[in-house]
Amino acid sequence: MDFDALINGLDRHTLDGITRGSIYALVALGYTMVYGVMKLINFAHSEVFMVGTWTVLGTYTVLGATAGMGVGMVIAATLLALLAAMLASAGTALAVERIAYRPLRKKGAPPLIFLITGIGCSLVLVETFGQVLRAFFGPPFGRVTVNIPSVIETKVVFTIPGIDLPVTNTRLLIIIGAIVMMIALDTFVNKSRLGRGVRAVAQDPDTASLMGVNQERVIMLVFVLGGAMAGVAALLFTIQYDITKFDIGFIIGIKAFTAAVLGGIGNLRGALVGGLLLGVVEVYASQIWDSSWTDVTAFIVLVLVLMFRPTGLLGESLGKARA
Amino acid sequence: MSQILDSYRGLQLGNRWDRAPKWFRTVALLLVVAFAFYLPFLNILPFAYIRTDLNPTGSDWASVLFLIVVYMIAAVGLNVVIGFAGLLDLGYVGFYALGAYSVALFGSPSSPVVQALQSRFDLSEEWAVPFVMCIPIAIAMSLTAGVILGAPTLRLRGDYLAIVTLGFGEIIRITARNLDNVTGGAAGITQVPVPPGPEIDGRSFFNTIDAERWYWLALVILILIVWLASRLEHSRVGRAWLAIREDEDAAAVMGVAGFKFKLWAFAIGASVGGLAGLLFGSKQQYVEPNAFMLNLSFLFVAMVVIGGSGNIVGVLVGAFLLTYLPERFRELQEWRPFAFGLALVLVMVLRPQGLVPSRRRAAEIEDRRHEAEEAAADA
Amino acid sequence: MPEHEIVGAEELKDTSDHDKIAIETSGAVGEVLLEVDHVTLRFGGVVALNDVNFDIRRGEILGLIGPNGAGKTTCFNAMTGVYTPTEGTIRFKDQEIAGTKPHRINHLGIARTFQNIRLFPEMSALENVMVGCDARHKTSVLGVLFRAYRVRPSEGELPKSGIRRSFAKVFGISRHTLEERAGRRRSMELLRFVGIADRAHEVARNLPYGYQRRLEIARALATEPELICLDEPAAGFNPAEKEDLMGLIRRIRDLGHTVLVIEHDMKLVLGVTDRIVVLEFGQKIAEGTPEEVARNPKVIAAYLGEPDDAA
Repeated sequence: MDFDALINGLDRHTLDGITRGSIYALVALGYTMVYGVMKLINFAHSEVFMVGTWTVLGTYTVLGATAGMGVGMVIAATLLALLAAMLASAGTALAVERIAYRPLRKKGAPPLIFLITGIGCSLVLVETFGQVLRAFFGPPFGRVTVNIPSVIETKVVFTIPGIDLPVTNTRLLIIIGAIVMMIALDTFVNKSRLGRGVRAVAQDPDTASLMGVNQERVIMLVFVLGGAMAGVAALLFTIQYDITKFDIGFIIGIKAFTAAVLGGIGNLRGALVGGLLLGVVEVYASQIWDSSWTDVTAFIVLVLVLMFRPTGLLGESLGKARA
Repeated sequence: MSQILDSYRGLQLGNRWDRAPKWFRTVALLLVVAFAFYLPFLNILPFAYIRTDLNPTGSDWASVLFLIVVYMIAAVGLNVVIGFAGLLDLGYVGFYALGAYSVALFGSPSSPVVQALQSRFDLSEEWAVPFVMCIPIAIAMSLTAGVILGAPTLRLRGDYLAIVTLGFGEIIRITARNLDNVTGGAAGITQVPVPPGPEIDGRSFFNTIDAERWYWLALVILILIVWLASRLEHSRVGRAWLAIREDEDAAAVMGVAGFKFKLWAFAIGASVGGLAGLLFGSKQQYVEPNAFMLNLSFLFVAMVVIGGSGNIVGVLVGAFLLTYLPERFRELQEWRPFAFGLALVLVMVLRPQGLVPSRRRAAEIEDRRHEAEEAAADA
Repeated sequence: MPEHEIVGAEELKDTSDHDKIAIETSGAVGEVLLEVDHVTLRFGGVVALNDVNFDIRRGEILGLIGPNGAGKTTCFNAMTGVYTPTEGTIRFKDQEIAGTKPHRINHLGIARTFQNIRLFPEMSALENVMVGCDARHKTSVLGVLFRAYRVRPSEGELPKSGIRRSFAKVFGISRHTLEERAGRRRSMELLRFVGIADRAHEVARNLPYGYQRRLEIARALATEPELICLDEPAAGFNPAEKEDLMGLIRRIRDLGHTVLVIEHDMKLVLGVTDRIVVLEFGQKIAEGTPEEVARNPKVIAAYLGEPDDAA
């Protein structure tokens, strides 16, 4: 155990943790919303994120975007990639809902079956990028890590005075981007008419449908919203880490789910709190022990939370009170 | 598609089997078992086409049979957890790995654990825990892990349990990979012991060449496990599990100790998983962390659910299909996970009760479908 | 009324052998079996039970009545371990049971039925009752698996044929097998006792409503409770069926059980009970023999005055 490494770089590691955590939090939103409305863990959500990262790569390739372009081009390329990733991820999420979950809902299948088809969809999506597309188009598809051009050049924008902590533009973009999206989603769910429908179904599906809320539409909506948020997360992820891989979704999906449970599944703000907390804990742990134990940390945190506070830190409530 | 899948129901095989006289059932069962023992030498056309070693690159038929049976054992164990008690365990590979690692860590003279024991107690360098002693160790380790994991988590909601167990499976694998000085790390452990037996042709009875002996051994264990599992199913324990699955609160008021029976299911599943892992590790004579990826957990769950959760025959069919088909079509190896995922989605969407459902489970799902339809009609 | 006009009257006749299903009781008739001692139960700000105080004596049929929302079922739930009282205690055979887990309370000797029937729908009627019988069985999970606990069988339990008979003579019969047989027999007797043995092998969800209600009673009886609590057993019954039910409740008492009945139907309660406790708004407002209660002005005001309940 090495506490010195942690203490010496505490500020740096905290910033690192918050960056990671922001991405977890955005992906966690998809789990949390679907769970809140359907009481279902959407196992394929991790792949919705993965599709987003590939879409970013695709957009950059089509645009011919590379490092060192002019400011205008960088902004345009990033925004286009964002839009494309959101659309692709939302589309994937919706497709999963249509193909795998809706027929089961019609048949009234038990929850176990939903989970299994979710796993099946997840595999199909992973293998689409790892095998199917490679068979037709060759690289970059396949079972290897692929680099994504770092369109945004990483620069130190300012240094936090006092602790002398340099903050780069990419980190700033990720943290601000994540928070802006969270606030937007939170406002949407709390203020809009469609958002009210989501909360109504989350609280009591039967009563909601009696009151004229179209449950199918609400379910579609949460898949689309959750997918879009995963798309945003995908762009932010590629900005920070510059890579993608066919199975990249799995571990981030697990972490994001842990974050959702940590904050209280079904609770939008809980996803943010849980994501940030998990990110920070993980980075700290990887400093204290070593980075090969990072993934174990997330699972142990999850088990401990479920044992001592099964409803998470902020409690479970997409329906109750205020999202 | 679903009509085709349903059409075999017209044969009423299950009912006919139940109505057949007892002597007929005994004879039929004995014939099936005898045929199973004969399988490694299967050479009668056209049945021989099911062999996996017809083309030069195909895997050894008896070894494939062995793997099928090992996975069947694991699936029957997991069926106790999923099919009988209704608990979703996505980390079953963790118990399987524990079983394999137990026999390797205690039975192999080259494992760090055995070497530590050697130097601690001044034993010779060839010394290791004998294989027969490794069996109770393996079962005890996986059983203990099952109880430790189950005790705090079985009170949780079902889907939380799924994720916690999934995490457990990963923790076991990552720990095995990272703890170099205990588990040999990513390099794994060699010289895993084999069961004792008379020497034939200068080779030990269980060796790497005569795979059919391994298959027979596994088959005997499978038959034993199936026998024990069906004992459970048709007893107060099976009834208690079913009662918990149907209405946990009412069951408690009727005196069924829900938590206790769930923990038992978990512990039984875990120890059977450990036993399957032990067989696997011993036959390979080599264990390494990458043999226990999470995908294997999904594969086990899929065997149970595709076959027909709760029905032992269904589970055996599921385990057979999901192990045999990829081996038979080895030239398409790269496509295996994709086909597997696609099969999962298709089977579950078209036939949620599984290919060979337990009649009870089929009725439950049929019931729910009616309820869903009525609810839809009301709305 | 001629007998064939009563729905299913033929099947409802008790054909069982009472000696086989009567229970052993551990005390004298008339002593206090269960004591509800100043129990208060609050949910947040709502007071569901307020200082309720009564006892149940061994061998009696006690009625618990009151208008809707008076706290009858809440009281039941507190007694069977579903809720823990906020204040006060509940003692069963001088043992504190408030806060004990439901399955433990059942093992102590209290069983119940549910107002909205809660059977195990995919199990057959017989299996439902056998789950109840299992509550009294001792075989453990390992006992089921390995059957190492052997019992020397009596002559009647020995198989008839040769090899099996000698085997059983030498090695005994496993306790599991004997319990399973005994449970099956007892379950069948109980189904006969409540009058639904003709459809013992049908899954519970396919049984008609009246059968399901009786099946719930049989399942509760199977756990050999000293105290059986029936939660509105006559709900949805026609007058003839209610008449049958009154007979059944009396016969249950004759087997050695003490009976607590929650019921809306005054005629049934007045006709079958020995004593009645009346709740209103979570408080006990009267207690006494049916005659006393029926004359009590508070009760008449609170309850009998409502025309729809007088039926």
